[in-house]
Order: sequence, then C-alpha cells, then structure tokens
Amino acid sequence: MGGQQRVYRQRIRSTQSLKKIFRAMELIAASRIGKARLRVASATPYALTITRAISAVATHSIVDHPLTSERTDTNRAAILVVSADRGMAGAYSANVIRESERLRERLIADGKEIVQFASGRRAVAYFKFRHRPLEREWTGGSDSPEHDRAREIARTLLDACLASVEDGGVAELHVVFTFFHSMVNQETRVIRLLPLEIVEGVAEPGTGPEPLYDFEPSAEEVLDDLLPRYIEARIHSVLLQCSASELAARQRAMNTAVTNAEDIVRKYTRLANSARQAEITQEISEIVSGADALETAS
Amino acid sequence: MADLLRVDIVGSDAVKWRGTASSVVAPTVEGEIGLLAGHEPILSLLRAGSVKVTPSSGDAQEFAIAGGFISFDHDVVTVVVDPVTEPA
Repeated sequence: MGGQQRVYRQRIRSTQSLKKIFRAMELIAASRIGKARLRVASATPYALTITRAISAVATHSIVDHPLTSERTDTNRAAILVVSADRGMAGAYSANVIRESERLRERLIADGKEIVQFASGRRAVAYFKFRHRPLEREWTGGSDSPEHDRAREIARTLLDACLASVEDGGVAELHVVFTFFHSMVNQETRVIRLLPLEIVEGVAEPGTGPEPLYDFEPSAEEVLDDLLPRYIEARIHSVLLQCSASELAARQRAMNTAVTNAEDIVRKYTRLANSARQAEITQEISEIVSGADALETAS
Repeated sequence: MADLLRVDIVGSDAVKWRGTASSVVAPTVEGEIGLLAGHEPILSLLRAGSVKVTPSSGDAQEFAIAGGFISFDHDVVTVVVDPVTEPA
C-alpha cells in the first residue's frame, strides 16, 4: 500500500472513532434532556406561586422594601452570566458571553460600574483569560443544577444588593441566561432581577372592590420573607432553563458533528479509492512499459 | 359546608399535593390557622410544623414542613412549603 493511501486510511479511522464519540455524546445529551425539561416544568408552579404572592403584597399594601426600590447611593451593577461547564455545545456559551459583554458595554455607557458574577466553567475561563475580576464564580453541575446551588447564588446576590456602599453594595442585578423555548429553539436573554421592575403573572384586577388582604405577621415581614424566596426561585428556574438549553445545544452540535464526520469519511474513502486506483494504473503501466523495453531490447 | 377549597401544596421542585379539600390547617408564625371556604384573603408566613389537609374525599393528609407561606384568596389555597430536610 502506498503512502498516500495509508494517510487516507488513517484519517478515515480516526474520524470514525471521533464519530463514535460524537454519537455517544449526542445520545447522552438526548437522554438527559428529558429529565432537564421535566425539572424545568416541575419548578414552574413554585416560581409562579411566589410571583403571585408577591404581586398580591404589592397590590394590596404599600410597602417600601429595599429590594423593590431603586438605589441611588451607588452606581454599581452586578451581572450574572450563566454558561456551561463544558464546551461541545456549539455556540451555546459563546452566545451567553457575547450577550453579557454587550450588556456590560451598555451599562458602562450609562456610567455604571460592573460587578461580574459567573456560573459555569466556560464563562469563568473567559473572564480569567482576560484578567477580568470576578466577584464570585460557581462551577460544576451546569447540566443538572441542584437547588442548593441556586440558594447559594441567590444568597450571594441578595447580600450584594443589600450591602452598604462601603461593602460593595450593588444597585442593580442583571442575569444573562439562555431561555429554553423548545428543543430547537433557545434564546439568550437578559433580565433585570433587582430591583424588581415588573411582576409577571399579576392576577387580573377582580371586579368590584378588592378584597382586604390580611398579612401575617405584617406586610413588611411577609415581603421580607417572600423576596429572597422569589429571587431564589428565579435563579433556580434560570439554572434549570440553562441546563435544558445546554443539553439541547449539545445534542444539536453533536448531531451536526456526526454528520460532518460522515461527510469526511465519505470524502476520504473516495480519495483513498482513487489513490489506490492511481497506484494500480501506475503499476500496470510500469509493467507494460518494462515488458515493452525488454521486447525491443531482445 | 358544601363549599370546597382548591388547594395547591407546592414545594420548590414539585407540586406535593393538589386537589379540593374542605379544610386546611397550617402552622403560621402567629399560631395555627384553620381555613374553611369563605375565609378572608390572607397571606401568612409559616413556621416549622405540619400542614393538615382534609380532602373532599379520602383520608386527611399531613405534610411536615420546615417553613414557607400560605395564601388564601377566593377559596384558592396555595401553600408554599420549604422541604423538610431528610430524614423528616
């Protein structure tokens, strides 16, 4: 076998084994995504209930809570980027990071000072590589986030929002994440978590006089308890959305990789075949011309 | 008491119980509260204890909780519970 052929065969073999890996990763992502979607779905009622309760407090009482009012004493704004721990998910992490950079530029243009938080190894690596300070980072478990992680992130962010100016308090909190529409459609989104701007899913104003709500122990204390819960639920649902999106992106990317690997194998098989044919043709012509030469010599 | 309550008991990662009930008893921070149909709207924080639900059919249910809150509005009861750390 000629050298050219051997090179082609080698490429085919290595591509084939890569293809097996891609296929395996696609299957793993596909098998996990069902569970991830289920977790998104099962966390939704909780978030919805808390949102409703908060809107009830907001509509039925006049409470001025530090988390709902704009802070004017500081111009620091926190950004939390939620990305994946691993690559192999196409542009998933790149999209989130790009969106967060855009947000950062916009906030800086508004005269804000940025405090960066990152979740997921890819985002952390991005900021580390650029020597950009990270206030806090969380890595690991991006494809199956635990509730404890959500709680920890929520605590940290809340503390940052409630801290005094000297302690590095922030006035705003933005979250950049990937919203999971469906298996084929995920969207990078930016939400401003704090101060609360709009309360979604507000119960439609009932007809007639609003019922008088009774808050126990008091509206302030209820809100004190609810808001951290709300942030925690939102962060949790963001993490779950991200894990579903990550897996969907990975499945798609790996599917494409398998197709590409097949294309490459096909291409190299053709090239190897033509190299073999060329070798045979050359050998035949060598034999024929050798025999010719012998004939004319004798 | 023919009126029934619509009850949702929601944990952070799943709906624990959903159905109609004739009464709900929950431990609020200010003491036990019993809810029947027609109660005034209320939003209250809960302390650790157990939420008791008397369903419209079947046996009474009890849920151990570590905290949470309960909201009551137009005969719709929503209990958000903090999971009790295992073992309960």
